[in-house]
Amino acid sequence: MRAAGEPLVRIVGVHKRYGLHEVLRGIDLAVYQGEVVCLLGPSGGGKSTLLRCINHLERIDRGEIWVAGEPIGYRLHGGALHELHEHDVARQRRSVGMVFQRFNLFAHRTALENILEGPVNVLGIPRAAAEKQARALLSRVGLSNRADYYPAQLSGGQQQRVAIARALAMEPRLILFDEPTSALDPELVGDVLDVMRALAREGMTMIVVTHEVGFAREVGDQAVFMFDGRIVEAGPPQEVFSRPRHDRTRQFLAKVL
Amino acid sequence: MSDPRMAGAETRTEPLPIVPLRHWGRWIAAVIIFLFVAFILYVLAKADIAYADVPKFFLFPIMLVGLWHTIILAIAAQSAGIAIGLVIAIMRQSENPVAWCTAGLYIWIFRGVPVLLQLLIWYNLALAFKAVGVLGLFSISTNAVMTPFVAGLLGLGLNESAYMAEIIRAGFNSVDKGQVEAAHAIGMTPGKTLRRVILPQAMRVIIPPTGNDFINMLKETSLVSVISYTELIQAANNISSHNLEVMETLLAAAIWYMLLVTIASIGQHYVERLLATEPRRRGDVRPLQAALRALATMPFVGR
Repeated sequence: MRAAGEPLVRIVGVHKRYGLHEVLRGIDLAVYQGEVVCLLGPSGGGKSTLLRCINHLERIDRGEIWVAGEPIGYRLHGGALHELHEHDVARQRRSVGMVFQRFNLFAHRTALENILEGPVNVLGIPRAAAEKQARALLSRVGLSNRADYYPAQLSGGQQQRVAIARALAMEPRLILFDEPTSALDPELVGDVLDVMRALAREGMTMIVVTHEVGFAREVGDQAVFMFDGRIVEAGPPQEVFSRPRHDRTRQFLAKVL
Repeated sequence: MSDPRMAGAETRTEPLPIVPLRHWGRWIAAVIIFLFVAFILYVLAKADIAYADVPKFFLFPIMLVGLWHTIILAIAAQSAGIAIGLVIAIMRQSENPVAWCTAGLYIWIFRGVPVLLQLLIWYNLALAFKAVGVLGLFSISTNAVMTPFVAGLLGLGLNESAYMAEIIRAGFNSVDKGQVEAAHAIGMTPGKTLRRVILPQAMRVIIPPTGNDFINMLKETSLVSVISYTELIQAANNISSHNLEVMETLLAAAIWYMLLVTIASIGQHYVERLLATEPRRRGDVRPLQAALRALATMPFVGR
């Protein structure tokens, strides 16, 4: 899978602290076009924080995050990184989709309207064209018959699939998944993972924070283990899962497998 | 079949009759309250008030002017309060320390000073500033600008804006943080996020207390009578200064207030129902139904 050349996402020496607690302590990671990278590890290890830094929902204290050649949250000018205004950060975020643990569908809009929100009101695509695309996305996630349902009328699994369609509607270069199946009833996890598998097959670049070791093993190109704000082990899932080199990875895998 | 608790159960064909609980307390309370109300009505009937004159004052031309002024002042002041309150609420939420400090100070001042005092200050502004205007561009005599209506609008509107700011802020806070993150994640700017995601959802929390505030505002306009604005009370006083029928004219004004408030309450009810997306609870009963149900508990109904 790994293409030569410049990675799509390049994370260099990223540090992040909340008050006295250092959540990220020097993260380096490269994600190439078309790769599926799974971030694994115990809660509080910094996985979700790292993910949220990639689209600047959290700001980093030190280091750099480059997406498609642009430093996220900054502008390179005269050999220095200049902090961007919120409007420009919003523009950068258009090419990075995000799927949340708690779905976060707009509660006052139907499934279809949720998907339309970005294309129509952010990208300025004419409504008719956007609606055609949105309906196609809904059928792609298996919910064409739920277009006019409000989020509260959908199951968790259905909401999450609408959320994935909403992210796809922006035609992002990369989608970030923040524990997409953790808030779901066990019998609904499969539908969401199926959609994600299909996306991976189509070559979407994905960074997935997950506890689904099976998914990571099957779909992931890279498995990255994070403990206490550091990456302790990374590599092809088959290798990492069957022959973990680090003690803490071994302990973690013993618990979840 | 030999269970003693089931004795006779197999030989009966009819189910056992059920005797409903009798609510004696409610009936005793009803009797006491009825007697009390009857007493009040008796006292009122004996009072030295010419009730027959009330309908006449109710539709006096000056009373209708007062009614109209009350309505437009309340609507204008409430609208100003909402518009300014929205700006203050946004400033209060802002990450800009200058903006949120200023908003905090604004709320502190306008909530801290009694509205009657604010009205008096605006009305008497000419004592402090002979003229108002933009420096070097134009200037008008303060007395010409500060009519009772303008002073009333400023006093009531600015005071209201401080309360609206807090109501709107509570509305903003009621929207889940995840909604904002989702909006940011699809590339929405802060302004768009506010308009398309936060405000529409905050409305459900903002509307009910705003309706309450408007009902209050309808009555608060009566304060403007002290700066000689012809609203309902000033109109009533105007009539009674000629015929000395103080109680009768005040009663006519009171009926107008109650009518206005009733209409506003009905409006509020429908707006709230429109905003409630969730179906109402099944246990909800209308007052008439509740009364009929209560009647069935009368001690001498049934067995």
